[in-house]
Amino acid sequence: MGPLAELRGITKTFGAVVANDSIDLRVLPGEVLALLGENGAGKSTLTRILYGLSQADSGSILVDGTEIRMHGPADAMAAGIGMVTQEFSLVDTMTVTENLMLAGSGLGRVNRSAAKTKVLEAAARIGVAIEPDAVVGTLSVGERQRVEIVKALFHDCRLLILDEPTAVLVPQDVAVLFESIRRLTADGMGVIFISHKLHEVVEIADRVSILRRGRIVADVPAEGLVPAQIAAMMVGSADRVTEPEAGSAADTVEAEALATAVGLEVPGAGVEQPVAQVSRSGVLDIDRITLAGTGKPLLDEVSLTVHAGEIVGVAGVSGNGQTELVSVLCGMTPASSGAVRVDGADITRLDVTKRLRAGLGRLTEDRRGSVVLNLSVEQNLVLEDLDRFRTGPFTSRRRIKEHVAGLMERFDIRAKPGDPIRSLSGGNMQKVLLARAIAREPKALVASQPTRGLDVGACEYVYSQLRALRERGAGVLVISEDLDELLGLCDRIVVMVSGRIVGEVLAAGTSREELGLLMTGMTAGAGAHS
Amino acid sequence: MKILLRAGESRWLAPAAVLGAVVLTLLLTAGPIRLAGANPVAAYQRYTINPLTTPGGIGDVLLAATPLLFTGLAVAVAFRVGYFNIGAEGQFLAGAIAATIPGLYLPGLPAVLALPLAAASGALGGLIWGFLPAFLKRRAHIDEVVTTLLLNPVALLLVQGLLNGPWRNSETGFPDSDRYGAGYTLPTLAEGSRVHWGFVIGLALVVVVFVVMSFTPLGLRLRAAGQSPGAARFSGIRVTTLQFRSALVSGALAGLGGAVQVLGVQHQLTASISNGYGYTGVVVATLGALTAGGVLLVSLLLGDIAVGAQNASIALQLPTQMGAIVSSTLLLAVVALLAARRYRVVLRRPFVRRRSTAERKDA
Repeated sequence: MGPLAELRGITKTFGAVVANDSIDLRVLPGEVLALLGENGAGKSTLTRILYGLSQADSGSILVDGTEIRMHGPADAMAAGIGMVTQEFSLVDTMTVTENLMLAGSGLGRVNRSAAKTKVLEAAARIGVAIEPDAVVGTLSVGERQRVEIVKALFHDCRLLILDEPTAVLVPQDVAVLFESIRRLTADGMGVIFISHKLHEVVEIADRVSILRRGRIVADVPAEGLVPAQIAAMMVGSADRVTEPEAGSAADTVEAEALATAVGLEVPGAGVEQPVAQVSRSGVLDIDRITLAGTGKPLLDEVSLTVHAGEIVGVAGVSGNGQTELVSVLCGMTPASSGAVRVDGADITRLDVTKRLRAGLGRLTEDRRGSVVLNLSVEQNLVLEDLDRFRTGPFTSRRRIKEHVAGLMERFDIRAKPGDPIRSLSGGNMQKVLLARAIAREPKALVASQPTRGLDVGACEYVYSQLRALRERGAGVLVISEDLDELLGLCDRIVVMVSGRIVGEVLAAGTSREELGLLMTGMTAGAGAHS
Repeated sequence: MKILLRAGESRWLAPAAVLGAVVLTLLLTAGPIRLAGANPVAAYQRYTINPLTTPGGIGDVLLAATPLLFTGLAVAVAFRVGYFNIGAEGQFLAGAIAATIPGLYLPGLPAVLALPLAAASGALGGLIWGFLPAFLKRRAHIDEVVTTLLLNPVALLLVQGLLNGPWRNSETGFPDSDRYGAGYTLPTLAEGSRVHWGFVIGLALVVVVFVVMSFTPLGLRLRAAGQSPGAARFSGIRVTTLQFRSALVSGALAGLGGAVQVLGVQHQLTASISNGYGYTGVVVATLGALTAGGVLLVSLLLGDIAVGAQNASIALQLPTQMGAIVSSTLLLAVVALLAARRYRVVLRRPFVRRRSTAERKDA
């Protein structure tokens, strides 16, 4: 059986950066190919080329042995290639059927009932129930993703690219997705599956291709692979970046961080936490915070205490109030009622500058929205405490330079102080934000999705910094959608559903399954009884 | 051929774009100048070089640049922080009106009191004219572009109303105000020249704005607020407050410009006092990349072309509007090329047809 699709010698450069370096890749019918690699390894570039969103500098794409030249996604769809990205392209105010008709129809009369039948057929094909008349805005993330897949199937798709499809899903939805993938491949469809979660890869993939620095460094059958082997191939051994930490502890920290970063269970990682150091004083005290929304409140009496020397995680499916909670804590949205205290001081009504002075540190999920992109690294590093670098009415360039040089060395920021911050990679930008937040030695740090979109090395670095901050006696609140991250990093985890905290567990004594169950809104007790 | 966004930008690209714009302007305006019956090369020489060859010409250039310095700075200060004040015209007029009040009603004051009073009054007038849009923007998020723009004709109507009513000239009956008291004359910089101390005031303000923007925490905050309001807010910068205050400063600068113009040049209020300086200020600020130094350079350049255009109209019988055509073309070319520098053009191999199509043709 010939390959369904084949890439031959695909090369793509952006200026001096070679994103894809003469890549050969084949997908067979009925096969799930997992495409792995750190961020910046070239996965997205490759899939964008395959889907016609960008053009390769050289190389060819063959579908069924015929060379295809693509000038846009329309060519890719015509050739039977479909893609589902992390950002969905559905119109929230339209129904499922209407959305799918948008994708399919050109000019002319629309045939609603035929489209509806088609939706039901496609849903049956992937083995899920989809209500064709449901308004997309009312659907859950998992349901929307199914609609996206159905949309791709509308074009007689034979090769489906799924770009981190599980990043936004609860474990139960992941199971449904995997079942759909299995049904589709049984039909002879090929699937390219991109994920950072290696245990998922081991579960679903038939073959694993690993990209590193734009090259395919491994192309092996998934049969018999364990996550640790894949992780080793992903990061390589020669170019590992080691964190300059004292003594042999560095190795264990690194290994543990690496393992948590790629989603491995680390035996003992949870119990190794210095629980003994936890004192009973709350450094971040969230007291019945409520944020009114249109209709039901976005945050409903959220109460939570983070003690000194403790990392507390907030788990939950995205859109259950986490963003709002971070926004309220960071001083961007005023709470409707309730109080926030940092180290005993009420900061509920304080502006950002006073919050920072009170000892609050912030690391938000919107990295690019936390820096002024047109300003330099140096300017961004001091933007929050300009008054500290003032001599009379003027800024002291000398003191800023010293301060920034110190931070850039301590946090290993690989850039020049004068570089515009927009030119930094996600990992480097996060280091700038970490440096800015941690330089002030906050008593309480709010870190939202601290490693989203970062590669393994950068994740590891963020984890080590958050742990170091905890060792120094600060409290850290980590809001994340990555359960493995929370399990590996936190001492305690609370779960948010619909703007409320519905459960609290010790990280050492829980599992992905228990958290997943809590995240669906069922309390552990109710789940057991039903 | 395909046009793509550039990933990075090299240092020489912006200056190259400006240079390219100058060349493009020369090419585009050569035709109209030819049609008007003049030699383009001679015309360009008149426009740009001739005014600078005599002391009197230089004086005229500085005089023409003076109001543009004020309105250009006013617009730059506001635009920098993301407040799009298109109302420098109205604020300039309000400043001229406000400076006229002491000039008419306290004519006996000595210069040492009269000039500061009239200047302060002008700045206050501009500030008041800029206050309402700034207040509405802050309180009710009403778009300042619309409100500042719409207040411009209101200010002009106010000037005309005053000149046709209470301030009508008592001697001639023309719609011009009476001449101010003797103390209200900004002295000229040199004997026999018309350029007055208003230019020095403008120059000093350029320096002040430059220092504030480049060397103070406030300057960095203003830039952050203008470039990325969300991120600035996140960093604890009070964006709306900064915008509000900058709007007032902007109005005051434009108003001061109006005061300086009546005190330095006209010595009375006339309906044509502004001559579109407020609108040209937007051009000056934009071309000057919203920097103080840029405003200075562009003011001088536009002053140069304006003086040169008068010169050319006499020497070459070119209409004076040709000067405006040249400077407007320059503006459009600069703005277009500065925007275009963010893109690069990629030439690609010609479309290769799918093999299946080719096969079908064979069959």
